[in-house]
Amino acid sequence: MRLAIKNARIIDPASGRDGVGDLHVADGKISEEHARPDRVIDAKGLVAAPGFIDLSARLREPGFEYKATLESELEAALAGGVTSLACPPDTDPPLDEPGLVDMLRRRAKALSRARVYPLGALTVKLEGERLTEMAQLAEAGCVAFSQANAPLANTQVLWRALQYAATFGFPVWLRPQDAWLAKDGVAHEGELATRLGLPGIPPFAETIALATMLELVRATGARVHFCRLSTAGAVELMRAARREGLPVSCDVAIHHLHLCDMDLGYFDSNCRLEPPLRSARDRDALARGLEEQIIDCACSDHTPIDDDGKHLPFAEAEPGATGLELLLPLTLKWGEARKLPLAKTLARITCNAAQVLGVSSGRLAAGAPADVAIFDPKAPLRVVPEMLKSQGKHTPFAGHELAGRVRYTLVAGNVVYEA
Amino acid sequence: MKLPDAEQLCEQLAAELRPRLTPSSAMIGLYTGGAWLAERLHALLGLATPLGLMDIAFYRDDYHAQGLHHDPKRTKIAFDVNGRELLLVDDVLYTGRTVRAAMNELFDYGRPASIALVVLADRGGRELPICAQYCGARLDVPSGMRLRLKREANGKLALALEPSRAA
Amino acid sequence: MQRNPQLNAQGELQHLLSIEGLPREILGQILDTAESFVGVTEREVKKVPLLRGKSVFNLFFEPSTRTRTTFEIAAKRLSADVINLNIALSSQTKGESLLDTVANLSAMQADIFVVRHASSGAPFLIARHVKPHEHVVNAGDGRHAHPTQGLLDLYTIRHYKKDFSRLTVAIIGDVLHSRVARSLIQGLTTLGAPQVRVIAPQTLLPSGVEALGVKVFHDMRAGLRDCDVVVMLRLQNERMKGAMLPSAQEYFKNYGLTAEKLALAREDAIVMHPGPMNRGVEIDSSVADGPHSVILPQVTFGIAVRMAVMSIVAG
Repeated sequence: MRLAIKNARIIDPASGRDGVGDLHVADGKISEEHARPDRVIDAKGLVAAPGFIDLSARLREPGFEYKATLESELEAALAGGVTSLACPPDTDPPLDEPGLVDMLRRRAKALSRARVYPLGALTVKLEGERLTEMAQLAEAGCVAFSQANAPLANTQVLWRALQYAATFGFPVWLRPQDAWLAKDGVAHEGELATRLGLPGIPPFAETIALATMLELVRATGARVHFCRLSTAGAVELMRAARREGLPVSCDVAIHHLHLCDMDLGYFDSNCRLEPPLRSARDRDALARGLEEQIIDCACSDHTPIDDDGKHLPFAEAEPGATGLELLLPLTLKWGEARKLPLAKTLARITCNAAQVLGVSSGRLAAGAPADVAIFDPKAPLRVVPEMLKSQGKHTPFAGHELAGRVRYTLVAGNVVYEA
Repeated sequence: MKLPDAEQLCEQLAAELRPRLTPSSAMIGLYTGGAWLAERLHALLGLATPLGLMDIAFYRDDYHAQGLHHDPKRTKIAFDVNGRELLLVDDVLYTGRTVRAAMNELFDYGRPASIALVVLADRGGRELPICAQYCGARLDVPSGMRLRLKREANGKLALALEPSRAA
Repeated sequence: MQRNPQLNAQGELQHLLSIEGLPREILGQILDTAESFVGVTEREVKKVPLLRGKSVFNLFFEPSTRTRTTFEIAAKRLSADVINLNIALSSQTKGESLLDTVANLSAMQADIFVVRHASSGAPFLIARHVKPHEHVVNAGDGRHAHPTQGLLDLYTIRHYKKDFSRLTVAIIGDVLHSRVARSLIQGLTTLGAPQVRVIAPQTLLPSGVEALGVKVFHDMRAGLRDCDVVVMLRLQNERMKGAMLPSAQEYFKNYGLTAEKLALAREDAIVMHPGPMNRGVEIDSSVADGPHSVILPQVTFGIAVRMAVMSIVAG
């Protein structure tokens, strides 16, 4: 199968390429040969970029099929131009056994949609007590190990886990949050939580945990990716860690680049997120940190939740929001606000994320996997929950006017989505 | 339309009431216009029992359609209504609904011996079987208009005709 | 910011969820109406026909006999039919969701839902899902708000002090967990009280409490000086179990109201308490039963205030 994408504005953030031209695909890879194509896509006025890589998307399998299924969520991924995604281990049961990981991989592969990279559980049942069989999980296909949002209060276990992972060179993905300081909290500890009478999570719950984790990185040499930073203080700690040359990287959820605690309004449970939406100052520091590449990537932190999980009082509502289909428009909105060229904007959801994930996609160089998103960056997009392909309809951006619509998505050279 | 002089009607009503008073007579005025009139009559007649003032907001029959009126006044009846010969005073008698509400409220205070209705003007348009025993004037006011009592800065009472708010 | 969900498009009170964001005029309207109802509660027949034929559902997801009873009396004095549901003990334990419960009751022709819930914001969720002719009155949600208690406190203060424009009010105790404190603070600042103080150790104050418009004191003696109104908050016993406070004795020593400390306030100061009181923990009996105490009148006014709220929202 040969494919030619004609007249597209080709943007490859990895190489800095940005210009109108043709892109050729052969045998599932980006090709430099211009042999006669089987199909031609006229992409005049559209951008062709590497398919997006989302560092956190919950597919809800196994265990939460009533909230979403692999079919529905991978369809949503493709509609959002996402061709690769990492799924956290907080399924039911958690991804702590090779058999579960293997099954997930097979199911995903059989659907031949987006590429699914499972994160293995760092501890058994995510309980934060016993280490999982990381080497066997890695063999089954886990690309890294994580606690997802489950607390790991015992710092000795954390230390051992990092030592063990470092032994084999496995990356560990951690969301820094001190379990005790965050206990019972549901909102950013501040003026708004005080007014609404919501139990708060202080920002130092994140920075204290991050400082501890960085110290353990120094001690163990483990490669750690920090997930979903939410505070200005954490950005500063990461800045220093990078300057020091520690083997660390980090990401931010797309919501936290645009929203702050004030958006909770009158207890909007769509804004019940983990970590909580923080102050406007934190939000601005995150947006700046992502621009300065202190933060490597933006991710959707896609979490499909059914109505039963959200139609609850704020503190009882399940945290999380749908996001796969909003990753592009919200990243574009961030880039526009920072006045960044499109290539720089897209790097946060393509080549930077590929590097964190350790995969060869995320670029358009010859020989790279032909995972491509073709989109119209200016096409208006009004967020209407019912129109989302994901089974998760809850998002704080419902009703927002964004821009950026995906027209075609290619995975391994196959057109898997067309709008 | 020429309106009669309210002050004159007031004197006239007092003269009419005076011979009918008994030791158990007491007077209650309905907010707002009826209260002004009652204050005047109460003073003219020199009644011994304190004047009662009543706001029928909690007894209105249009609550379901209109809601509670803003700023209801507190009903003050500083005497036992049981066995009293009550003079219920309002400025203008129209549909009769206000008087119906007032009688209901009164019975939550006790069982008066009798209730007589005193109004400055009867404008017709009754919707309930109610009539005034003492009436200053009978006027034919078209339905789109509102007849009400006003109290001027110097305390003088005057009738006024204005387009009704609903019209 | 969305429109305040308590008000309808005409700016009239549709639900009472929180004092926050209510205009001064509406607070005044509620207090004035309550004053008329105080007259009714002093009569032989303490009942008016205003809500005849209407149904008030007392939905208590958190047990509270006191508050439920005052709402029940208020509704009955308005001639409404009252149905008490102690949900803490029934359907929720069977797994029925909050909104399912409300939908079920709505099918039984409810007019007013009086809601008490342990989770902040629960009445807002209900208000978003009820039918247009149904009204929600918050009877206390989590740490967030207890607007009818706040209103009855305002009523009591107005009754004894006439106006708010020169008042110094001190609120003492567990502000962190107190919905009463939040509602009262919002009411006092809306009605223009020039100085509202909170007096408590740091562990019992929410972060950024100053943003509510209060002045923070940790020293009770300094905070009580020249106060016109002293509001004591209830200290739950479970606060002693964690790391909030070391002991009831130490708390009483530093933050309990005694006659000796009260003497630092103005001579004509009034002492209030939302109840139920913990004598010897936050307040000394000699003060609770003393000449400055208006704790019992608060309860009486509470019924009139709840009558006013229900008759205004349902109208």
